[in-house]
Amino acid sequence: MSENKQISASDVEHVAGLAKLKFNDQDLNKFTDQFGDILDLVNTLNEVDTDGVEPTFSVTDQINTMREDVAVNAHQKEELLKNAPDTENGFIRVPAIIDESEEG
Amino acid sequence: MNYFDTSLEELHQKLVSKEMTVTELVKDTLDQIESDQKELNAYVTVDRDGALAQAKAIDEKGINADNLWAGIPVAVKDNIVTKDLKTTAASKMLENFTPIYDANVVEKLKANDVVIIGKTNMDEFAMGGSTETSFFGATKNPWDHTKVPGGSSGGSATTVSAGEVLASLGSDTGGSIRQPASFTGIVGVKPTYGRVSRYGLIAFGSSLDQIGPLTRSVRDNAALLNIIAGKDDRDMTSSDQPVDNFAAKIGQDLTGMKVALPKEYLGEGIDADVKKSVLDAAEIFKKLGATVDEVSLPHSKYGVAAYYIIGSSEASSNLQRFDGIRYGYRAEDVKSLEDVYVKTRSEGFGDEVKRRIMLGTYSLSAGFFDAYFKKAAQVRTLLINDFKEIFKEHDFIIGPTAPTPAFKLGAETADPTTMYMNDILTIPLNLAGLPAMSLPAGFSDGMPIGLQIIAKPFDEETMYQAGSAFEDATDFHKEVPGQGGQN
Amino acid sequence: MNFKTTIGLEVHIELKTNSKIFSPSPAEFGDDANANTNVIDWGYPGVLPQTNKGVIEAGMKAAIALHAEVTRENHFDRKNYFYPDNPKAYQITQSVTPIGKDGWIEIDVDGKKKKVGIAEMHVEEDAGKNTHNPNGYSYVDLNRQGTPLIEIVSKPDIESPDEAYAYLEALRQRIQFTGISDVKMEEGSMRVDVNISIRPIGSDKFGTKAELKNLNSFNFVRKGLAFEEKRQQKILLSGGQVRPETRRFDEASGETILMRVKEGADDYRYFPEPDVPVVTIDDNWLNSVQEAMPEMPGKRRERYVNELKLSDYDAMVLTQTKEMSDFFEEAIAEGADPKLTANYLMGDVNAYLNDQKVDLQDTKITPTNLATMVKMISDDTISSKIAKKVFKAITDGEEPSAWVKAKGLIQLSDPDKLNPIIKSIVDDNSQSVEDFKNGKDRAVGFLIGQIMKQTKGQANPKVVNQLLMKELKVR
Ligand SMILES: [Mg+2]
Ligand SMILES: [Zn+2]
Repeated sequence: MSENKQISASDVEHVAGLAKLKFNDQDLNKFTDQFGDILDLVNTLNEVDTDGVEPTFSVTDQINTMREDVAVNAHQKEELLKNAPDTENGFIRVPAIIDESEEG
Repeated sequence: MNYFDTSLEELHQKLVSKEMTVTELVKDTLDQIESDQKELNAYVTVDRDGALAQAKAIDEKGINADNLWAGIPVAVKDNIVTKDLKTTAASKMLENFTPIYDANVVEKLKANDVVIIGKTNMDEFAMGGSTETSFFGATKNPWDHTKVPGGSSGGSATTVSAGEVLASLGSDTGGSIRQPASFTGIVGVKPTYGRVSRYGLIAFGSSLDQIGPLTRSVRDNAALLNIIAGKDDRDMTSSDQPVDNFAAKIGQDLTGMKVALPKEYLGEGIDADVKKSVLDAAEIFKKLGATVDEVSLPHSKYGVAAYYIIGSSEASSNLQRFDGIRYGYRAEDVKSLEDVYVKTRSEGFGDEVKRRIMLGTYSLSAGFFDAYFKKAAQVRTLLINDFKEIFKEHDFIIGPTAPTPAFKLGAETADPTTMYMNDILTIPLNLAGLPAMSLPAGFSDGMPIGLQIIAKPFDEETMYQAGSAFEDATDFHKEVPGQGGQN
Repeated sequence: MNFKTTIGLEVHIELKTNSKIFSPSPAEFGDDANANTNVIDWGYPGVLPQTNKGVIEAGMKAAIALHAEVTRENHFDRKNYFYPDNPKAYQITQSVTPIGKDGWIEIDVDGKKKKVGIAEMHVEEDAGKNTHNPNGYSYVDLNRQGTPLIEIVSKPDIESPDEAYAYLEALRQRIQFTGISDVKMEEGSMRVDVNISIRPIGSDKFGTKAELKNLNSFNFVRKGLAFEEKRQQKILLSGGQVRPETRRFDEASGETILMRVKEGADDYRYFPEPDVPVVTIDDNWLNSVQEAMPEMPGKRRERYVNELKLSDYDAMVLTQTKEMSDFFEEAIAEGADPKLTANYLMGDVNAYLNDQKVDLQDTKITPTNLATMVKMISDDTISSKIAKKVFKAITDGEEPSAWVKAKGLIQLSDPDKLNPIIKSIVDDNSQSVEDFKNGKDRAVGFLIGQIMKQTKGQANPKVVNQLLMKELKVR
């Protein structure tokens, strides 16, 4: 197991789970070390006093760019399906979804 | 043929006067690329058939005498989608992916009869600074084949530097156009955020990404940016600022202009030869009539940290769509949906991409958003304010593009954090959205050094004016790599 | 021990726009799988969202209709999760700046009125549709991907299954009047997620919530909540603890069934969507949307009572749906008597709809035809008895005045035409005249019956009565 104080291998595994990634034990240890180093780097931000500073999430100069509500059908169905790894009858096919949870 | 001894204007005249057909030019270009490819590996895909078909069509309808770029072959980075032409982002994930639409910039190139010669190699999903993370193998620096061309637009830089084409398109999220331009001795521009539509650019850091041109000369660069710039309804962040002639101020005197040189850009970790080249450049600008002041960018040293959080967070979300369901790679032997996701992504992405996805996922995960993502976004504000302060008094900023000249292949890939520090001088401009150029400004042991010129938002004209004045006053851009990379 | 129930509702309403929220594809999902999709809907590499102005305006209308504060600076956020119907693996939604917040609607349970608070409402994109097949595969159709939704989240003010039912009715009604959605649960344009917890009276700490799924009608919501309320009470009364569960409502048994116990909160890694610029709503824009707002049911009811002199009850029934209310207004705009029109809508029309199990707009009944019929009743052109036949003809799509003429059903009120008939009937029934003179009132009824028979029911009974009495007196 890694000795880095920032983050443990099980933390890394948890994050990997969120990102749908999986590492073998060797890679997990290597990653955990590297990840700790990266966190050391990014944690230098703590030196900066940001009290009351508005965050900048985008530097676009655009506001209120909107499209009128007009429908255009691209008629791309066949082309789109051609790129899909597995299809049937115009549907994309995936191994059965077991969990019934739906978002929205 | 190579493009070392010919200018865009000369080629244009030959094509207009029919001294040369587009087909001949394209054939010669393809032959050169194909003969170099094994050694330099600048391309993921060379589109011989497509380029020749495009050439034939242009020959048939004739060259527009008002369009300098008509009939000229240009290479496009492989993270910019091209309809019916494989686009991989140099990843196993998209090894066999053929887009069904053109990026906005590709539409514009085609509409202007610019011939798309192929798709250039890059770091996987543009993540890296050396083009070594490509699934298709590293690209070599034409000046020294044991060295990296920089990255992530390493293929786009190499193909121009090696004289295979006159220009290419790259993308720049943290320096990915400018740093390879610096490493290969050419001109690379990251335009103002929003200048060029991102529609069709495979997203890395959405608030940072910009497409821009890599060329042999400042003038060519301005002319190519004019073709690809402008508002696009399919990219809501693209700017509706008018696109004037970016070359409008080229040739105008710099007398009375005020140049800023941030002291942080010449601090610790900057190679001595690089430092000297920048100080020499300052003297040249003074000779050209400008004044140069030392200024400060107090928050620039936090740029790398802020960038890695913001860029990686955005990337972690942007790259979730690569899940093996609708296009691209799907792992074999998948028994469950979870397998489709986890095996596909674990097998399809390389290590560097995984590192960024992990950092980004972590930064956004429950309980960490404020400490990482929001904190980085606040530091971003402070950095933007630093630049605003400087631009109150100054017309443009100069500094090095990269801390060092090109390094050896394999030298830095082992240690991600060292690699990340390479972008320390380019990253702040992506965070601030400012236009910035790298252009040849010196050599160190035969390897090119780049000077960075930074302008105010949407003031590409001043950036090109300054760059062109510097180019006219120096001979660095006239040097070309030797045969076989033995400079 | 007595308990207090707290119910939360999250209602997703599909907005009736032409195109999707961030892509120009048609916002229709009944068509062939994936027929209404493009590269944006598939989350292709390189694509970017394009905000639909119509969706923002629909969101503003919803906020106004629900008495909420319209947010002036709208940001969008990404909600990250992997699912086959979620092509980008993130949903573009509003987490920090919902387009409306702090609203309320009034509910009425057994005559008791109550305001239920609405915490917020946000616009967002819907996901595609997965079809699960027992053959070991699931099938993904992205037609619905990107269609616009507004999600409306209630405050914890709802305290009984009946209140939840009333809230949903009131919500549906108000949204329907804005015209931004069909709000039909059976068609999926209104979807309801509920959570419920109970706590001992006197305790100020909320109990552990259970979430209920598969609630496909308001009635099932009420039944599911009622079952769940009892289930949780039983657990607490027996000294147990309610677990944070997701439970499925079983329509057949009326019970809720455990799906899974929730372990910790989901981690959606929300962050600001960098591809969607801020949408700011200034006073001008807000005012113009406000002015274009259709009249809400409460306003209409007031007008029906005060101006049209309808009863409170009639006004309430007529404004139950926007369809019915709009139909009524169109009919009276054609000059039909409001009270009579209201009676027909609430009587014959509703009976017909219930009998045929159809919606008003799916029938052949038109406001103009109904108005024509009502006007013919008012001016005695037809009798209310004949009107029954005319109404039947209207449901078959007939134009009433032409139909009545063609069938010869116009009511006879003209004395010049009626008197000869009356005279001859009286002539032929001298015994009845005798009976009348001897004070036997029954005789009048007999004579009227004869006259009606003679005129095939077209004689105006009131006029016949008057003329007959006159005739009898002179005999
Ligand atoms: Mg929700
Ligand atoms: Zn929702």
